[in-house]
Amino acid sequence: MPVRARPISPHLKIYRWQIGNTLSIMHRLTGVGLSIGFLALTYWFVAMAGDPQGYGFAAHLFGTPVGLIAMLAWSFAFFYHLLNGVRHLFWDAGYGFGRSERHASGWLAVAGALLLTLGAWTLLWHFGRL
Amino acid sequence: MTLRSPLRQAVGLGSAKSGTAHWWAQRVSAVALVPLALWFIFSLLLLPNLDYATARAWLQVPTTGFLAILLVGVIAYHSYLGTVVIVEDYAHEEGFKVLGLLLLRFVHVLAAGAAIFAILRVAFGT
Repeated sequence: MPVRARPISPHLKIYRWQIGNTLSIMHRLTGVGLSIGFLALTYWFVAMAGDPQGYGFAAHLFGTPVGLIAMLAWSFAFFYHLLNGVRHLFWDAGYGFGRSERHASGWLAVAGALLLTLGAWTLLWHFGRL
Repeated sequence: MTLRSPLRQAVGLGSAKSGTAHWWAQRVSAVALVPLALWFIFSLLLLPNLDYATARAWLQVPTTGFLAILLVGVIAYHSYLGTVVIVEDYAHEEGFKVLGLLLLRFVHVLAAGAAIFAILRVAFGT
């Protein structure tokens, strides 16, 4: 049996940049970000089980400029990963593979994530919780 | 000429090996996370503030504690499955890869254990 060159994945360096692969990379990046966010969430629960001083320190950390930027990034990552994840689930069920459907659902995930992030922070700001 | 069958030459070469089980678990945990994560976000947004007393009182409600434990468990599982694929994709050196996979497993179990134990401590007030 002749040995043939096995098929390989499209190589990132020569892959033409477009919305499909950009959103795919974003899905992976936001996933990694949310995994780190899981550690922050764990820290929050552990601080809650401890004394008020420790919890106050945790609350202080989340309220610093770096903490707030991280929370903003995590909220966008969450909404994007959620919407794009649902997009993936539709694909897994066999729907939405057409060119126009792929593009429309992709832009919908990005726009939806931006809107939901904006909405959540507007709510927090509106009720004076920032 | 070799007497080995084409099947024998192909078995074990693919990258998937036990791919479908991992793939399916990733999807099942994703589906579970949709309602759990949305509940968590909106539940927090509805609180008047997140100070010590408010946060603890919120977590002491039995439904909250129960859902929070489920959330932490499913997040840890989903996050573990996802990050494992990333290490498998990018860590080409075998020793480095095994170390990465081991580290991921320990970190996820450790974080999930700590978070769940903390939730139980708040819920049962010790």
